Amino acid sequence: MTEAYLDIRDLSVALQHSGDRLLRRVSLAVRPGEVHALVGESGAGKSMIARAVFGILPKAVTILEGQVTIEGADLNGMSEAARRLFIGKRAAFIPQDPLTALNPSKRIADQISDRLIHILGMPKAKAHERAAALLEEVKIADPERVMRLYPHELSGGMRQRVLIAAAFAGEPRLIVADEPTTALDVTVQRQILALIAGMQARHGTALLFITHNLGVVAKLCQTASVLYAGKVVEQTSVRRLFADPRHAYTRALMAATPRYDRPEESLKPASPELMGELAREVAETDALWAKERAHG
Amino acid sequence: MAEARVIRVKAGPRLWLSGLWLTFFALAAIFAPLIVPHDPLAQDLMLGKLPPAWVAGHEPGYLLGTDSLGRDVLSRLISAARPALFVAIGAGLAACILGSVLGLIAGFFGGWTDRVISRIVDIWMAFPPVLLSILLVAFLNPSLQSVIIAIAIIDWTRFCRVVRAETMQQRRMDYVESARAMGLSSIATLAREVLPNVLPAIIVLLSLEMGIAVIVEAILSYVNLSVSTDQATWGSMIAEGRGIIYQAWWVLVFPMIALFLTVLAFSQFGEGLKERFDPVLR
Repeated sequence: MTEAYLDIRDLSVALQHSGDRLLRRVSLAVRPGEVHALVGESGAGKSMIARAVFGILPKAVTILEGQVTIEGADLNGMSEAARRLFIGKRAAFIPQDPLTALNPSKRIADQISDRLIHILGMPKAKAHERAAALLEEVKIADPERVMRLYPHELSGGMRQRVLIAAAFAGEPRLIVADEPTTALDVTVQRQILALIAGMQARHGTALLFITHNLGVVAKLCQTASVLYAGKVVEQTSVRRLFADPRHAYTRALMAATPRYDRPEESLKPASPELMGELAREVAETDALWAKERAHG
Repeated sequence: MAEARVIRVKAGPRLWLSGLWLTFFALAAIFAPLIVPHDPLAQDLMLGKLPPAWVAGHEPGYLLGTDSLGRDVLSRLISAARPALFVAIGAGLAACILGSVLGLIAGFFGGWTDRVISRIVDIWMAFPPVLLSILLVAFLNPSLQSVIIAIAIIDWTRFCRVVRAETMQQRRMDYVESARAMGLSSIATLAREVLPNVLPAIIVLLSLEMGIAVIVEAILSYVNLSVSTDQATWGSMIAEGRGIIYQAWWVLVFPMIALFLTVLAFSQFGEGLKERFDPVLR
């Protein structure tokens, strides 16, 4: 088994003022070139993991324990400045909402080339050329024209293409995509997913793909972590996840996906037994953790 | 394509007319010594209280008449544009830079930084501004520089509040997050990513502030706390005209019109810019 490119070990983060844990000893690894899905409902802590990787957790959230390593280097052990430099060259982030993810006062050309200039120290003319090539790669017609436009002149799908181009611009070895298709309509979603899959395969980038859409997981990813209340409840290959879901929550999540062929089943709310079981499990985890902390 | 943005900022009549007056005002101020028909300080008691050119009893060459000391009102009006422009630019920019920097910091970093700056703003705004400016200028010794300092010290809060709110709104956008994720430092993110989006609001406010600065300077020179008496100002002209309003109304009225038009033009220019910027950014 090859060594992990991104390795998160026992990561716990909590709200500063209340001490409530948002991530409960999360461990996950993404190997070079692998697509790893991070699945879970809203509020499960998916985006928190992405933010922890990039060191952009909200101010009210602190890291209690655990490590985030990229290429074997512990990010939490680095100084702010060193970490920024290190991560900028190796990892990129595709944010959730393409409507606010582009700077409204910057032309498309600059959104991409600023990144190249900043991360790779590329000269301006060359960065411009490369930006055009990237836009062509994400299948934007007439890149020279689009490069002169401002974000508000583009459709949601176009903006997401620009964001993907920008993410791949610095040739990162890892991309974290935070629900990149959630804000788009269904037909555009498919195109964007196909685009991400194609780009990922061509560039051999490791991809941490955050989603709540299991259909996407089946299509795009090789391995997956299922997150519930900040805890990884199941972690396995995607094939096994679908063939033999072990955790009750995973099964519930799969059952919750609307199915055209079985409409009566799909829109059932989660059973009270399951909710109770999950709450118990979380409470047990916390009790165990508190005990360990008290001893340690 | 810098034009893309400029084309969208089409000049409506509001922007156009106020811009025209401001250009006229600035040119008059800059070239005042070259274009005044008479020395604005030359007194001639024989020619005192001459009426404007369309009123019976006028003298040729004195288009807007003379004051009680026989000084040419038009020349004084033009030469008074200088201190007005100087204060508009100086005080406007100073208040703008001070307030915007603090507003950007408060809005971007939030937390205790924001709390400290916001409390200072609240306290600051509780002082009556005109009284405070009179106190400040009296304390700093009356001069144009003191007027500029006083206005900047009082009015930075306007910029601070608006810029803070705008910055907080931008701060929540994902593009800020991506900039940070790609390794940009906080200061670089603030300066390169956030500032350009807050700039339109700053420019609009700056225009409004310049109008306010002109008024405050007029108030201060009205109570004789601005420049020395060998420089005509609109405020001091109004003060002089007030005493002789029944004999020579023109000494009071013309500087009032100049003041009114200039302040109106600044505020309308700001409003016009706001209208043009809004659809682009929201």
